[in-house]
Amino acid sequence: MTSDAPVGRRAADTATAPEASTPAVAASVRDLTKVYGTGDAQVRALDGVSLDLYQGAFTAVMGPSGSGKSTLMHCCAALDVPTSGQVLLGDVEIGGLSDKRLTRLRRDQIGFVFQSFNLVPTLTAGENILLPLAIAGRKPDPEWYAQVIETIDLTDRLGHRPNQLSGGQQQRVAIARALVSRPTIVFADEPTGNLDSRSGAEVLGLLQRSARSFGQTIVMVTHDPVAASYTDRVLFLADGRLVGELEAPTRESVLEQMAAAERGR
Amino acid sequence: MGRKVRLLMSTFAIVLGVAFVVGTLIFTDTLHKSFTAIFDSSVGDVVVRPVGTAGQERGTTTLTVPDGLVARLAKVPGAARADGNVDGAGVFVIDKSNRVVGGQGSPGLGLNDNDAPAAGGVASLQVVTGRSPRGPGEVAIDAATVRRAGLFLGEKVTLVNAGQRTLLHPRLVGIADYPDGGSLNGATASIFDTRTAQKLFLRGKDAFSNVWVTAAPGVSQDELRARVAAVLPDGVEAVTGKKAAAQAASDLLNAISFLTVFLLVFAGIALVVGMFLIVNTFSMLVAQRSRELALLRALGASRRQVTRSVLLEAFVVGLAGSTLGLGLGVLLALGIRALFGHFGLDLSGQGLVFAPRTPLLAFGVGVLVTMVAAYLPARRSSRIPPIAALRDDVAMPESSLRRRLLLGTLMTLAGIGAGAAGLFADVPKGGYWVGGGALVAMLGMAAASPASSRPFLVVAAAFYRRVFGSIGVLAGQNSLRNPRRTAATASALMIGLTLVTTMSVAGASATASVDRTIKRSFLGDIVISNAIGQSFSPRIAALAQRQKGVASVTRLRFAPSRLGAEREFLTGVDPTSLSSVLRLDLLAGSLADLRGNALLVSKKVAADHHYRVGQSLTFRFPRGPTKLRIVGIHDAAFGRYLTTLDALRAGGFAPLDSSLLIKVAPGVDPAAVKVELEKATAKLPVITVKNQAEYAAEQRAPIDRLVLMIYALLGLALVIAVLGVVNTLGLSVVERTREIGLLRAIGVDRRQMRRMVSLESVAIAVLGALLGIGMGLVFGIALMASLRDQGLEVTRVPWGSIGLYLLAAVVIGLLAARLPARRAARLDVLRAIGTE
Repeated sequence: MTSDAPVGRRAADTATAPEASTPAVAASVRDLTKVYGTGDAQVRALDGVSLDLYQGAFTAVMGPSGSGKSTLMHCCAALDVPTSGQVLLGDVEIGGLSDKRLTRLRRDQIGFVFQSFNLVPTLTAGENILLPLAIAGRKPDPEWYAQVIETIDLTDRLGHRPNQLSGGQQQRVAIARALVSRPTIVFADEPTGNLDSRSGAEVLGLLQRSARSFGQTIVMVTHDPVAASYTDRVLFLADGRLVGELEAPTRESVLEQMAAAERGR
Repeated sequence: MGRKVRLLMSTFAIVLGVAFVVGTLIFTDTLHKSFTAIFDSSVGDVVVRPVGTAGQERGTTTLTVPDGLVARLAKVPGAARADGNVDGAGVFVIDKSNRVVGGQGSPGLGLNDNDAPAAGGVASLQVVTGRSPRGPGEVAIDAATVRRAGLFLGEKVTLVNAGQRTLLHPRLVGIADYPDGGSLNGATASIFDTRTAQKLFLRGKDAFSNVWVTAAPGVSQDELRARVAAVLPDGVEAVTGKKAAAQAASDLLNAISFLTVFLLVFAGIALVVGMFLIVNTFSMLVAQRSRELALLRALGASRRQVTRSVLLEAFVVGLAGSTLGLGLGVLLALGIRALFGHFGLDLSGQGLVFAPRTPLLAFGVGVLVTMVAAYLPARRSSRIPPIAALRDDVAMPESSLRRRLLLGTLMTLAGIGAGAAGLFADVPKGGYWVGGGALVAMLGMAAASPASSRPFLVVAAAFYRRVFGSIGVLAGQNSLRNPRRTAATASALMIGLTLVTTMSVAGASATASVDRTIKRSFLGDIVISNAIGQSFSPRIAALAQRQKGVASVTRLRFAPSRLGAEREFLTGVDPTSLSSVLRLDLLAGSLADLRGNALLVSKKVAADHHYRVGQSLTFRFPRGPTKLRIVGIHDAAFGRYLTTLDALRAGGFAPLDSSLLIKVAPGVDPAAVKVELEKATAKLPVITVKNQAEYAAEQRAPIDRLVLMIYALLGLALVIAVLGVVNTLGLSVVERTREIGLLRAIGVDRRQMRRMVSLESVAIAVLGALLGIGMGLVFGIALMASLRDQGLEVTRVPWGSIGLYLLAAVVIGLLAARLPARRAARLDVLRAIGTE
């Protein structure tokens, strides 16, 4: 754990040093196993996965359906509890934390972007963005807030309710909500799955910019090679194991790797 | 959980409503049957009695039939035997702790011993254990009273008597009962030998209150009656047992029919409140299933088929609810019977009467109410377009809020108009106008409330935002999210609270009016009366008169009588001392003319019937029709018809006092006199000695009791309304599962989640309370305004109680939110987010 990119509750301290010279680790996973069900119905969703997620990097997790990519994300995001193995989020081991501690961890250190947007329908876009901070009883850093709003390019729509926004706009609001509390990691679960390709490209560009210019660590689960090509690094999962890794991916290299993985099975 | 629980809860609303209907019917049928049985066993085949005593309570007249008549009647052809009866009233057993046994409204009969069979050869009340009383020192008492007083055969008992001898100490030698089954329903019967009974109750006259003539085998009541009538002297009449029983029963059964209506009104209220719950439940069920229903439509189901599928579900719910309600109703009837037994109306001798119409009505009402309530949601469900099956977000087609606001406002105004007509205008059956108007106004308020409650919810949301921050914002927004649902849930609570508030206003005003009347009109220092309205011996007045420091004793006597077809109570007063203890301002006529067969009427009575001074009214007294001349119209809030003691005595009423108003001599401390009077009457627990404040409290007590009883009944409506809140919140939590998952994912902890649901619940409850209190104030004040000329001159709004109701609403909201809130807090985050 390097000290120039501390993680944890005092996220504001890191604001001035978003970029790390050497890739520091934002979260790491060791020997992670997740088993659902018992007996014959037993499913090993994760089967001994170990990996590091680098600070300030935009990482994609890919794999066919049932490969365990969503389970991996849920475990890293403190939404699910692993059967065995370790999850370190910053310097916090999340195994064995109470629901209250997990909730606080999610609130303060993790941002979420879901496939189906998941905005609170009764709140305006602006209120949705500020909701995690409001729940924590914190005030947003006005400069940072302005920057985030500018980045998502929805300044004139903040007073609108979710049902008055397009899908792409809703997803941009969701990204702003994830960014505004400066979490250690933002997890995005198929963020473009419900969008047309143009809106999808906008959203992916936004995530990429967030990583590059703000140093935001982002992990995205996807099965779309085009989406993966926006990231810095792709991790390939199959049958609950890590089966490959790609730096600086392109659409072609991702497809090739996927095809190789398919052949290898 | 989910659907089953929801259906169960709306079923429960039906169960409660139906149970109340069933319980009421069973209980009143039982009551009816048991009193009919009493009256049937309290008449002979033919009853020979003084003319004019029909319909009088036993023992309240001084009229008799001569002794010699009995032997003559026994010899009438077709008569098997003839027995003379002595009926006295106001005889009660005093138990070992100096308390009156029974007697909370149930009569205390004093009878002579005989074993004359009642009509149809049924054994009447007679000595079954021990032996018959002989001489003045012995008594037989009915078994139930012996049991309640804990008496033993052979011991001396203390009886208090309304006749000339106020206290008796005879030895208990026999226990009386109905050998063929039957019950006194809580009344007390003390049986003496005939001579003693005549001495005690007929002033020693060799006479009887009435004579039973028993028919020989093969002779009908009618035949025997005709033969008996032929030998009777003037002033005595013969009636068949059937007719005598019917006459005796009719007044009492009329009084009971009021009770039936009273209880059924509450059952109706419970059902109306239950309807709100069902409408809400089915609306939500349909909304949740909208995609499934749209799919049915897409697959070719007609609108009607969709409607029918929802109505069928309602039918099943109604059927199940009615069945359970029937069972619960039987338990409820047992409960009511036990409760009335506690108040002295002992019906344990009568099994529950289960008339065939009871289950029919239960199922009819239960199923009908459920299906009517489900009809609107069902019809709406059929309007879901088939294409909705393919869309992501299905919006239920709904009518515009503005139209509902308009319709609701019109209904409310119409209801208030009808109610006002019933209260203030001279429309026939005013009660129905008032009841119907109130119902329509409440339904109108409920219809308008989705729109009209918005300002309140907006204010509540703003308040929550300030006090509870972002969780408050979410809760406030949630309550505004589905105004129909929030308002319907609140409306169920509104109905209960409207009635509670109306009752509070009426109760507080009535109490204040009683206080004011007593303060203004009662000039005496001390009152002696019987706490439960039983009359007592005139000797007590004499005793009070002898007490040192007493300046005057004014007797008041109440006489039940008939004026035309109406049953009216006359108050007999002593004109000489009246003005020293009661302030009567005469609007017309003169108090000096109140002598002999004279009458004073109250302003209200005079106005209602257009009476003038100088006019004569004919009352039916035991001794026959009696003309009383109106000599004045008074302004007081009591004493609709005031006459003289002389007039009542001459009319044949037993000389029993109802209350004594006492004025102490100048310079004497009333408290000291009161203590002396208490000492002098210590052995007579039937009467109490009170000063003005205590007297006022005693007069207030029945009002408080009635209000309390009505609160208890309305509690039922509130329970249903609370279930409604639980139901709505539970459904909201289910509907918002994904949103709750999201909130949990982004850092709302369990406590905050519980708080969010609780705050929404409190907003709903307080909304219902405010609507109800507002409406109740309007109803209550209007009601009191209409009663102004009936002596209820004061209108008082009990702000303290109303504040308490608001507080109670908050508590209700918190309680109702407990389960749904826990459910929301416990939702599995991952699964919640995954919910579509």
